Amino acid sequence: MGKNIQGTGLAIATRFSGSKFADKFGLRKPAERLAYLGTKKGFELVMKQLAKKKKDQPDPQMMLDAPARHTMFDLSLSEEQQMIKDTVRSYAEDVIKGLGHDANEAMDLPETYLQDIMELGLNYFSVPESFGGAATSWSPTTNAIIAEELAWGDFTLAYATLAPVGVANAIVKWGTKAQKDKYLPDYLAETPIKSTIALQEPGAFFNPMKKLSTTATKVKNGYRLSGVKTLVPFGGDASLYLVAARFKGKNRLFFVPADTAGISWDDAPAMGLRAAATGTLTMDNILIGADALLGDKDFDYQAFVDLGQLNWCALAVGACQAALDYLIPYVNEREAFGEPISHRQAVAFMIADIGIELEAMRLMLWRAAALAEMGKPFHREAYLAHLLCSEKAMKIGTDAVQLLGGHGFTKEHPAERWYRDLRVLACIHSGLHL
Amino acid sequence: MINLEVPKKFRAIVSQAHQVGLNVFRPISRKYDRSEHAYPVELDMFAAIMDGMNESTGGVAGAGALKQDKDKDEEGIKNGSNMATVLSLAELCWGDVGLSLTLPRQGLGNAAIAAVANEEQFARFGKKWAAMAITEPGFGSDSAAVRTTAVKDGDEYIINGEKIYVTSGERADCVVVWASVDRSLGRAAIKSFVVEKGTPGMEVVRLEKKLGIKASDTAAITFTDCRIPASNLLGDPEVNVEKGFAGVMQTFDNTRPVVAAMAVGVAKASLDRTRQILNSHKIKTNYNAPLQSLTQLQAQLYRNEADWEGARLLTLKAAWMADNGIPNSKEASMAKAKAGRTANAITLSCVEMLGALGYSEDEMLEKWARDSKILDIFEGTQQIQQLIIARRLLGKSSAELK
Repeated sequence: MGKNIQGTGLAIATRFSGSKFADKFGLRKPAERLAYLGTKKGFELVMKQLAKKKKDQPDPQMMLDAPARHTMFDLSLSEEQQMIKDTVRSYAEDVIKGLGHDANEAMDLPETYLQDIMELGLNYFSVPESFGGAATSWSPTTNAIIAEELAWGDFTLAYATLAPVGVANAIVKWGTKAQKDKYLPDYLAETPIKSTIALQEPGAFFNPMKKLSTTATKVKNGYRLSGVKTLVPFGGDASLYLVAARFKGKNRLFFVPADTAGISWDDAPAMGLRAAATGTLTMDNILIGADALLGDKDFDYQAFVDLGQLNWCALAVGACQAALDYLIPYVNEREAFGEPISHRQAVAFMIADIGIELEAMRLMLWRAAALAEMGKPFHREAYLAHLLCSEKAMKIGTDAVQLLGGHGFTKEHPAERWYRDLRVLACIHSGLHL
Repeated sequence: MINLEVPKKFRAIVSQAHQVGLNVFRPISRKYDRSEHAYPVELDMFAAIMDGMNESTGGVAGAGALKQDKDKDEEGIKNGSNMATVLSLAELCWGDVGLSLTLPRQGLGNAAIAAVANEEQFARFGKKWAAMAITEPGFGSDSAAVRTTAVKDGDEYIINGEKIYVTSGERADCVVVWASVDRSLGRAAIKSFVVEKGTPGMEVVRLEKKLGIKASDTAAITFTDCRIPASNLLGDPEVNVEKGFAGVMQTFDNTRPVVAAMAVGVAKASLDRTRQILNSHKIKTNYNAPLQSLTQLQAQLYRNEADWEGARLLTLKAAWMADNGIPNSKEASMAKAKAGRTANAITLSCVEMLGALGYSEDEMLEKWARDSKILDIFEGTQQIQQLIIARRLLGKSSAELK
């Protein structure tokens, strides 16, 4: 904000009233009076004009962009969101929470996990009514709430749950009519399609906004595609990949069926995300169909990446909330020197800081997601939300282990999983979409 | 529905406050940083302008610091004044924290009067500039340890004691003093009293020399057999041991988001200026690469900005809760804790990022880095906020978690 007319007036008045001249000639009081009247009149005039302008010319742009319900700063969930949140939380509590440990050890999803979780109807919330689903509008805030609650159960299992949903969300948001017709029914089928976004490339300092190493060229009847993707979930068992590649000077996404000739898979376990069975997907001069390019000219790669990063933020918020909820009873029950360790400020202040930063993470995630929902620019907000979530979530994961002491270092407690899983926030730009 | 954008209706207030910060405070900011204890005469003019703003916009557009919550209750408005206050105060403090603190008629005492005065008292003191006197030489955070006494004598109270760190204690028309009516009854006996300037027995004995916010005077005041009318006691004169201290402490739930907003404002000043300087050295700040691919300066700026956004949103949340009648004691402390430490860290980090330039008086950055420290101390230090939050999260009493 630069200086406006009102500001210029204020600047002049300030300079005058502070001057020796005003003091010497006893002018300060009259000058005050003048400023008061001048400003009062000035403001009344501006207010009247504003009121008039409002009546005369309603601003159609604003009406479209910001429906009435979104004009107030508001942190309350809609009834529908509250209902979804409660439902997903119960499932996370009853089912997911109990599976995290073994799935991490087995480095694979429980056999019927993806099938079972479909009873939550997550795909129905993504696919619009017109394509047989239940969604009335694309709602990244609702998707963020779902992701948070799933990750409250287990970070990696939530990732595995949402990887296919992310593809569905991307199709709903960016796909052409033909692509929606072709793919969306697969997400409502009895056995939903196992699919994932594959964007991340191996190596240090990967920047999703730079030229991708994976390339696509137009050929007769389709595209030819080559490249390597990493941290891809599902152990080579997915049937559809949404692969990012450089095409005509831009980064774009392509539908790649897993049975395409020239595709190979290598297991590539990492520090965390172990239950998702991550690996490396190599595409060696593969040929894909003419309808494989996601979306058309209005595809916004930056927004695509941002919506993925926000989804990771939502997982982080959920896991950090789980950590806080786990730590509170622990530090209250664990005794040292004759009293609960929570009676010591060194412990209690760590809990306070987790509470503070977790809430900041959630608010920044919500802000960016709500902007996206309203169709407003949200890149800066998504970037900063992701930055804060990366840094604070990693610290919370570390503190969770520290507060449990030696116990936190063992697999008897979930803290070491949060420690490993939450570190992925700063390392991945792939796999999800709000 | 989730939406964290500042509503359009506040744009005029925010813009007004920003213009004040830019055109009233910034031009005289260094002047009063250098001449500590000099009265910023320009502010009398500004106070008059602000009265004009408030009148012409129907009292909603207070560009000033602490608003009278009375209006809210009487007119049944459930939404807005807390948020308007934090938004506009952040802009004022973007201009200058010290000057924002010494605005006539906007003292912390005014907030206390607005919160607990009865109608008769509000008529007498509502328009006066009221300072707040809580801290004593013997205690700071531990407000219950008040040693100043108020002894009833007929229809008067006799006040004896010493108060320090009274913001605008010399400039204000009156001082709201915390004193015990019976020290044997502990914290429940602590009451607040309005002492008008010039009352015999009240004496400003010293003005502090400080690290920052030098434009804002900080006084030490002694009360020696200082007699005030009994009707100057704010709130209930009865000592209710059951209800205890809670009522007195409630004032802080209202003022903590306000201090958080001040921190948000000064941190923004440092961020804005640092970004300008970086950009003028061809260092781009357009959020287009992961931290690992950036220079240290870019990464540090973004880290600062992310923490700043977090602090800002926590502050807005606390204000939003207050506007909607949701108890916000924990959230007010979260906002204060995050904003206080973040503002201090950011303003210091910006000095460091720019090296000798940041350190020199040619820029305001070094001043903001000095001013910001107080925001992590007064109205409850960082550690007091952490205690409050931890007790709430852990379900512990102050006897258990000391």
